[in-house]
Amino acid sequence: MDLSPTDAPDDATAAQALLICEHCDTVYHRRPLAKGEGAECARCGAVLERCRGMRANGLLALILTALVVFAQATLWPIVTLGLNGQYVDATLWDVIHTMWLDQSQVVAVLAALTLFVFPLCKIFALGWLLLYARSGRRAPGFRPLMVAMHHLGPWTMSEVFVLGALVSIVKAHLYFDVLPDPGIYAYAGLMLLITVFAGVDLSRLWDETREESP
Amino acid sequence: MSTLPRATELGLIGCHVCGQVCRAVDEGDGVLACPRCGSSLHRRKPAVYARCWALLIAAFLMYVPANVLPIMRTASLGDIDDNTILSGVVELWVKGSPGLAVIVFCASIMVPMLKFLALSTLLITCRRGSNWARRQRAQLYRLVELIGYWSMLDVFVVALLTALVRFGYFSLVEPLPGVVFFGLTVVLTMFASMCFDPRLIWDGKEDSDD
Ligand SMILES: [Zn+2]
Ligand SMILES: [Zn+2]
Repeated sequence: MDLSPTDAPDDATAAQALLICEHCDTVYHRRPLAKGEGAECARCGAVLERCRGMRANGLLALILTALVVFAQATLWPIVTLGLNGQYVDATLWDVIHTMWLDQSQVVAVLAALTLFVFPLCKIFALGWLLLYARSGRRAPGFRPLMVAMHHLGPWTMSEVFVLGALVSIVKAHLYFDVLPDPGIYAYAGLMLLITVFAGVDLSRLWDETREESP
Repeated sequence: MSTLPRATELGLIGCHVCGQVCRAVDEGDGVLACPRCGSSLHRRKPAVYARCWALLIAAFLMYVPANVLPIMRTASLGDIDDNTILSGVVELWVKGSPGLAVIVFCASIMVPMLKFLALSTLLITCRRGSNWARRQRAQLYRLVELIGYWSMLDVFVVALLTALVRFGYFSLVEPLPGVVFFGLTVVLTMFASMCFDPRLIWDGKEDSDD
């Protein structure tokens, strides 16, 4: 095996032609992928890269939808419980607030971060990056934002919260009248959008955009 | 295809963060930075065994009280009932939602156990440079990464029920310390699996027959 690819005069483009599996360190020559096609590592079976079937414009439209749905899911009550004609409903903020007051500040902070702060950061960052990526440009702050997105990875848990709401409803249903509120539908919509975005390989933005010369 | 070249053999490093392929120029003990994203480059993640074991043991120390202590108190007309994670699953099963009970059982009991067992197995076998079931162990690690955060399910259930069930003397739900320990267990195991470097699975002696 010789080192010719990196000895080529243009180091940056030569490096673009190679691909290293992040799960086992195997080096591959990049080959162009068709829409919706993915490459798999021959050694460990991990997905090497995936070509999304959607352009930046389509993704940007989805991100805007996600922002609206996220605002609704956060602001609207999720569910109402009734007992003897008395009714109590709760929004995400009520959930965080009650946990804070009930000696479970750790849980309140975890919920605030994973259900509100991190998802919101992710939506705004992605929207900002895609806004510029439409024309192949890198948004101001591209580098720190992409690094931050990478580290945010598994720390957004809206989809877990949806399942949690379902379990809570079934549990509460035994003793109370349960009335679903609009927030729960917004969360269901959000879950669908999250599933769509889970299939998008964001690291491709590094290759698909170019630094602008000032 | 048995001789797939690895980055270390070619003197290359792949960036953890952006995937950029970089040449591993040895500049003494100086820290290399990725030219594209600025993150520091490592052939393998630093201090994997020390960090991973420390986080895993800390997570286990939280896991014991999380299961022994009750996570939620339900009070109804003066009747006080303390629920543990397991009793919550049993209640769902008995009161007519076996499907959901299985989901909660998997998320709250199976997934944390799987994380402890899988990560310990990975750490021990990698330390030995074992070439046993490499592909399966690589898949196991990806599974742990994929499903790890679903354990937070029970924490959110307790939080939501606490916010909703506020009917004074008639009915009330309160969180108990178990839920805090459980939340910390989930966070610590997530950090532990992030500290692990799956490339270690493929280091050590190359297997001949596969
Ligand atoms: Zn691989
Ligand atoms: Zn990088």
